[in-house]
Amino acid sequence: MNARKRAWLAALALALGLAVLPFALDGLLGPYWVRVLDFALLYAMLALGLNIVVGYAGLLDLGYIAFYGVGAYLYALLASPQFGIHWPFWAVLPLGAALAALFGILLGTPTLRLRGDYLAIVTLGFGEIIRIFLNNLDAPVNITNGPQGITAIDAVHLGSFSLGRRQEILGVNVPSTVLYYYLFLLCMLAVVFVSLRLENSRIGRAWVAIREDEVAAEAMGIPTRNVKLLAFAMGASFGGLAGGLFASFQGFVSPESFNLMESIMILCMIVLGGMGNIPGVILGAVLLTALPEALRYVGDWQRHLLGRVVVDPADLRMLLFGLALVLMMLFRPAGLWPSRRRQREFAATGEVAEQEQASLFDARR
Amino acid sequence: MDILAQQIFNGLVLGSIYAVVALGYTMVYGILELINFAHGEITMMGAMVAISVIGMGLAAGLPALPLILLAMLAAIAVCMCLGLAIERFAYRPLRHAPRLAPLITAIGMSILLQNIAMLIWGKQYIPFPPVFPQGEHRLLGAHVTDVQLIILATTLLLMLALTLLVQRTPLGRAMRAIAQSQPVAQLMGVNVNRVVAATFAIGSALAAVAGVLVAANYGQAHYYMGFLLGLKAFSAAVLGGIGNIAGAMLGGLLLGLIESLGAGYIGPLTHGFLGSNYQDVFAFFVLILVLVFRPSGLLGERVVERA
Repeated sequence: MNARKRAWLAALALALGLAVLPFALDGLLGPYWVRVLDFALLYAMLALGLNIVVGYAGLLDLGYIAFYGVGAYLYALLASPQFGIHWPFWAVLPLGAALAALFGILLGTPTLRLRGDYLAIVTLGFGEIIRIFLNNLDAPVNITNGPQGITAIDAVHLGSFSLGRRQEILGVNVPSTVLYYYLFLLCMLAVVFVSLRLENSRIGRAWVAIREDEVAAEAMGIPTRNVKLLAFAMGASFGGLAGGLFASFQGFVSPESFNLMESIMILCMIVLGGMGNIPGVILGAVLLTALPEALRYVGDWQRHLLGRVVVDPADLRMLLFGLALVLMMLFRPAGLWPSRRRQREFAATGEVAEQEQASLFDARR
Repeated sequence: MDILAQQIFNGLVLGSIYAVVALGYTMVYGILELINFAHGEITMMGAMVAISVIGMGLAAGLPALPLILLAMLAAIAVCMCLGLAIERFAYRPLRHAPRLAPLITAIGMSILLQNIAMLIWGKQYIPFPPVFPQGEHRLLGAHVTDVQLIILATTLLLMLALTLLVQRTPLGRAMRAIAQSQPVAQLMGVNVNRVVAATFAIGSALAAVAGVLVAANYGQAHYYMGFLLGLKAFSAAVLGGIGNIAGAMLGGLLLGLIESLGAGYIGPLTHGFLGSNYQDVFAFFVLILVLVFRPSGLLGERVVERA
């Protein structure tokens, strides 16, 4: 069997595995985990979007969740009884991505002169400003319905076929969460495809050049300002798309879903998985989405080990999550699945006498 | 006029607390280039420990003044140990790792401390026992409490002491040397590990005092209180120019004033369109505006681009 054939077979096996995954999870762990899987895919899209900004272009963004919020609220406003507008998803989703990209440029234009941690705090402030506006735009004109959020958002549907309820397909009874899984999977594959193509494009190489040494990149004729803006816009558009999907899936959005902790969590996903490496980023997203859910079983473990529940598992969940973050980082500081380029860099840091520029990526002197 | 004086005074009190917490961020950043996300939680721990000690002391019938001192000392001791432990176990092993790795352990530590505090002290707001003097005065038309005066005096004293420490002592000189260049400082015989540990201990002690003062001012503490306080203090440090000690103080005071004046005047200024719930928007907006025009903060040195 030649290598080409083997690659095709591997791809086929992966496709089959992904296709039956929700049914397997439903059977093994229960329907709740299909929901978790859907969220893992959403977070993977978000993480891939942030990966463009942080991983490729090396710009630390702590307000990324704002773009998710923009996409989600746009979907909520244009497809719910809030204003009585019910546009179809194929119109609203691209619109959300475009609006998020516009917000990305809006944020980027005045702030791209800033470096490193100054950029981080400004993006953080931007994220908080968006959240506070979502929270307070119920007066004097009610737009976002304030802290209560917007409810009864339309599910994704084509004609009478809605993903929001059970459907009979070829004699198989498919629940809504599984239907959404296939939609999210498709969208995520599209995002992965775009990321892959970008990575090895002229633009992708320009991003990496800026990350490694901005002055040298500019000297090579890269229009750094526009290329950085493009990174913000691309990353934001992925966030906007994921936000629209989230709103339709959840049927409900409120400002609470778009707080700073979410931005930080997405950053954790890409750093933990392996910045700049697409499979690593997806792994990080899936792991960090599943981990807090898996930690719900801590109560059962306590009963098995100690005979009774000593500490309420809900209280212990985040504690263990924090501990896991610390430990994983201590043992794999370059992430669980770093890109090959970074692995080499990492192995070489002992020998490199002088580094060119302290970027987010470099190991420090 | 009275409202203006009141808002300025409130802003100064709030800002002086931001300034003290911001000092902890800026010192660590100056030396390690690390955003110590767990610093806000250290502040919260200080407040919690102090409340527990005061509660026990009141039950034992201790008089107020020694009790306050005892609570402060206990808070400082616990927070120093916490700061040292965090540095030793979460940051030191990663000192030569990529820059974002210690940021993630810092976030992990922050979540960890919050939840430990929640397990120990519970999820509810805990009242701060009224051991501080409760007098009230009128000063230039502003309504001023004893606690606020104590906060201003204490924080001013702390800032003065820290400035002296950094400018006049061998430890301070070592800290400044490491901030300039770690390898060269090491060559000159500075024990980097010891100085970094000392920095964390000092920053944590400042955070402990700030935590006690905040809790006394608002009359309550909560396991989540450190997050927003830390965020504001970090913003203050960046506003002043991160890594710069005078900048942290200036940034803290300014941010406090901006917030307080913003909350008081944003309504009338926009004819009631925006209310005081936009207070934080105002603070962040000013922060962004300042950074757009002075990208290295108010007192930060201009980062020279390498040729």
